Amino acid sequence: MKIKRIVGLAAVAALALAACSDTGGGSGDAETTEGGTSQGIVTAWGSEPQNPLIPTNTNEVGGGKILDLMFSGLVHYEADGKAVNEVAESIETEDAQTFTITLKEGWTFSNGEPVTSSSFVDAWNYGAKLSNEQLSSYFFEPIEGFSYDVDSDLTGLKVVDDTTFTVTLTQPESDFPLRLGYSAFYPLPESAFADMDAFGESPVGNGLYKLDGEGAWEHNVQASLVPNPDYAGDRTVANGGVVVKFYETLDGAYNDLLAGQLDVLDQIPDSAFGTYESELGDRAVNQPAAVFQSFTIPQNLAHFSGEEGKLRRQAISLAINRAEVTEAIFQGTRTPASDFTSPVIDGWSDSVTGSEVLEYDPEEAKKLWAEADAIAPFSGTFTIGYNTDGGHQAWVDAVTNGLRNTLGISAEGNPFPSFKDLRTEVTARTITGAFRSGWQADYPGLYNFLGPLYGTGAGSNDGDYSSAAVDTLLAEGAAAGSIEEANEKFVKVQEVLFTDLPAIPLWYANATGGSADTVSNVTFGWNSVPLLNEVTKN
Amino acid sequence: MAWYIGRRLVQTIPVFLGATLLIYAMVFALPGDPVAALGGDRGLSPALVERIRESFNLDKPFLVQYLLYLKGVVTFDFGTTFSGRSVRDVIGEALPTTFMLAFMALVFEAVLGVAAGLVAGLRKGKAFDATVLIVSLFVIAVPTFVIGFVLQFTVGVKWGVLPPTVGSDVSVRTLLLPAMVLGAVSLAYVLRLTRTSVAENLTADYVRTATAKGLSRPRVVTVHVLRNSLIPVVTFLGADLGALMGGAIITEGIFNINGVGGTLYRAILQGQSSTVVSLTTVLVVIYIAANLLVDVLYAALDPRIRYA
Repeated sequence: MKIKRIVGLAAVAALALAACSDTGGGSGDAETTEGGTSQGIVTAWGSEPQNPLIPTNTNEVGGGKILDLMFSGLVHYEADGKAVNEVAESIETEDAQTFTITLKEGWTFSNGEPVTSSSFVDAWNYGAKLSNEQLSSYFFEPIEGFSYDVDSDLTGLKVVDDTTFTVTLTQPESDFPLRLGYSAFYPLPESAFADMDAFGESPVGNGLYKLDGEGAWEHNVQASLVPNPDYAGDRTVANGGVVVKFYETLDGAYNDLLAGQLDVLDQIPDSAFGTYESELGDRAVNQPAAVFQSFTIPQNLAHFSGEEGKLRRQAISLAINRAEVTEAIFQGTRTPASDFTSPVIDGWSDSVTGSEVLEYDPEEAKKLWAEADAIAPFSGTFTIGYNTDGGHQAWVDAVTNGLRNTLGISAEGNPFPSFKDLRTEVTARTITGAFRSGWQADYPGLYNFLGPLYGTGAGSNDGDYSSAAVDTLLAEGAAAGSIEEANEKFVKVQEVLFTDLPAIPLWYANATGGSADTVSNVTFGWNSVPLLNEVTKN
Repeated sequence: MAWYIGRRLVQTIPVFLGATLLIYAMVFALPGDPVAALGGDRGLSPALVERIRESFNLDKPFLVQYLLYLKGVVTFDFGTTFSGRSVRDVIGEALPTTFMLAFMALVFEAVLGVAAGLVAGLRKGKAFDATVLIVSLFVIAVPTFVIGFVLQFTVGVKWGVLPPTVGSDVSVRTLLLPAMVLGAVSLAYVLRLTRTSVAENLTADYVRTATAKGLSRPRVVTVHVLRNSLIPVVTFLGADLGALMGGAIITEGIFNINGVGGTLYRAILQGQSSTVVSLTTVLVVIYIAANLLVDVLYAALDPRIRYA
C-alpha cells in the first residue's frame, strides 16, 4: 500500500496506494489511435517523494510513480490490472505455498550489472530486515523467516542458480504471484547495498527509464527521466523522456495544464470538479479507481456490538444517501459503493448477497434503529473522526446531517487537525466513535481489500473486527487453486461483512485527470496512474 | 555606531536561544505521533515505530531532545528529515528562492508604493489621491489567495503572458507575478503611509522655511519632504521583509515555488521538529538583521537621530 499524498496545502492523506503502472501494450485503449513514437519530453504531475527512492522504503504515490518508471519487477500490471510476467520467465507452484521463480535471460540494470536471482533475494532480505527500517517491510510478512520484532533472514528465499530461486511462505497464499509487481518486490543491483543512502538519492534500476544523470532528482522541484537503453522487456517507450514535476497544490498544476506547461495530470483539484470535463473535453479522464472509501465503527464502541450493533450498523448504512453525496459534494468524481472492493479489480461484483444495505432506505433505517433501541436505548452522539487536511469535511458533514435527519439522533464530525493526529488515536485505539477509513489497492486482487482490513488481528484491522467465518473463508481463498475459486470465497467473505458491517462502505474514488493538447495516447491504468511510457508528444 | 551595532549583535544570542527553545517546545507539544503517520492507513509494526523513534531521538525527554539539537547546531548539523535528507540542504534549497521572491516583492512595494504615495500626498484630496486610496483599500480587503488565483488564471492561463507556475525555472520573469501578489498588500500600506507622512510634512515649519529660502519645488519635495517622510515607511519595510519571507506560504503554494513557506508548512504537518526549528530560527535571524538595518538607516535619514 502506498500513502497517497493529497497535495493542495494538504499533506499525507489517508489512502494506501499501489505501485506500478506502465503499459498495457495497446490493450483496452480503444480511442487512442495515434501511434508511433516521438522524441519529445513529456511532463507529468507528481509530488516530492517522502522517502529515499528505495523500493522497499517507498510507501506513497510520489516516490512510487518514479520508481515504477525506473524498475521492472517479476510481473507488471497491464492497464486493466492483469498481471503478466516481465522479468520472470515463469512462476510455478503446486501448493500455493512454495513458488519456483525463473528469470528471463538478458536483463541488466542501467549500470551494466546483470539481474540475477540474488538481485531479488538480496533486495527482499534487505527490505524485510528490521534494522533497515524499511516502511514497506510488511510485504515480506508471508515469507518464511520474517519477523517484525528482531532482525532475521528470510529463510524462505533460496537461490538455486543465477536465474532460479524459490520462495516458501508460512501458509498458502494463492495470490502471492499477483503481488510481485508491487514496488516493494523490485530487484536491487549489488552496488546498492554498499551505500544505500547514495542509492536512495540516485537509484539504478532495470526499468523503462533511468534518471537523467547526477542531480536529476531536484528535491521539491522535479525528477527528470530518460529512456533506459538497457531495458529488456516488451513494453515500449514512445517519448524522449519524462519529467515528473512536483506540485504544492493541485490548482497550480491544473492551471499549468490549461496553459500547456504540464502535459499529464492525474488528479483534478476540487475547485475544478464542476468545470474540468468541459474545459478539457475528450482529454478529461473520469473512471473508477482501485480506491475504496468507508468509515469504520470500532467493535468496542458502546451500542455497536452484538445483535444491537448489527441493527444499528445496518440502519446507519441504509440512512446514507450515497448517490446524492457523490453527486452534490464530489460532482460525480466518486461512484457509490456496491461492495467492499473496487470495480477495477478482477472478481468484483455489484450484486453480492446483502449489498442491498448500501441502498438509501430511510424507512427501513428508522425501523431497524427502533428495533435496536428496543434492545437498549441509544444515548450520546454518533461521531465520525476525520483529518481536516485531506478534504473530508464536506462529506462527513453531509453524512452526519443525513444520520441526524433520518434517524433523529445526534451525529457530528470529529475533526483532527492532521492525518498524523487521526492515525495516532486510531493506532492507540483511543478514538471514541467511528472514523473515516480508506484503502487503495497495492495489487489488483480482491484479497488485498479484505485480508489486511477484516482478518482477525490483521495489520490494518483498526476496528478490531473478528469473525471466525471471515477468517476461515479468507484462509480458504488464500489456499485456493485458482483465482476464480479464490474469488468465490472472497465474495462469500463479503456476504458476512454485509451482515456485520465492521466498516460502512461509502464509495469508490474515481481517477480524475486529464492531459494537455500537447500530448496524445494518454491512458490511465487500473491504479489511476497514467501509462507515461505510451504518451507521445505532439 | 560600531559599538551600537556590536551590542545589538550580542543581543541576538539570547533571542536565538529563546526562539529555538520556544519553537522546539511548541513542535514538541503538537498532538499526534509523527512516526505513526509514516505508515499511512496501514500503520507500521510497533518494533519498527520504536526503532524509527529512537533514530530521531523522539523517544527521549523534551530537554534532552532540545540539547541534542543545540549540540548539532553548534557544529552546523541541523539534523535530518524523515526522508533522510540533511535539514541544511533542505534550507539551502528553499531559502535563496524565497529570499529572491521576498526581495522582488520588497522592491516592487517600495518603489511603486513610495512613488504613488508621494504623488498622492502632494495632491491630497485630488482625483489621483482618491483613486489610489480606494484601490489600496480594495487590495487590503481582498485576501491574498484571491488576488493570486485571479492573476494566475488571467495573466498566466488566459493571456499566457507569464508562466502560471514557477517550478524548476526560478528566474526574475517567472517570479514577477508571485512577487507582485506577495507585495500587493504591503504595497497598499506603504502607499498609505507615504501619502499621510508626505501630506503632514508639507505643512511642517522646516518645509516652509526651505521654500521661503527660495529653494526649488523639486528640491524641497525630494530632500526635505520625502526624506523625512520615509522614516515610518522604512520601519514598515524592515519589519515587512521578515513577514514576506515567512508569510509567503500561500503565494508559494499557488505558484508552486519551492520556498521556505511550503517547506515549513509540510514540516509542521509531519511534525519534523528539526526542520521547523531550524527554518524558523533562520527567519528570526533574518528578522533581527533587517531590524538592525532599519535602525541604522534611521540615522542616515534623520540627522537628529544618533547612536552611541
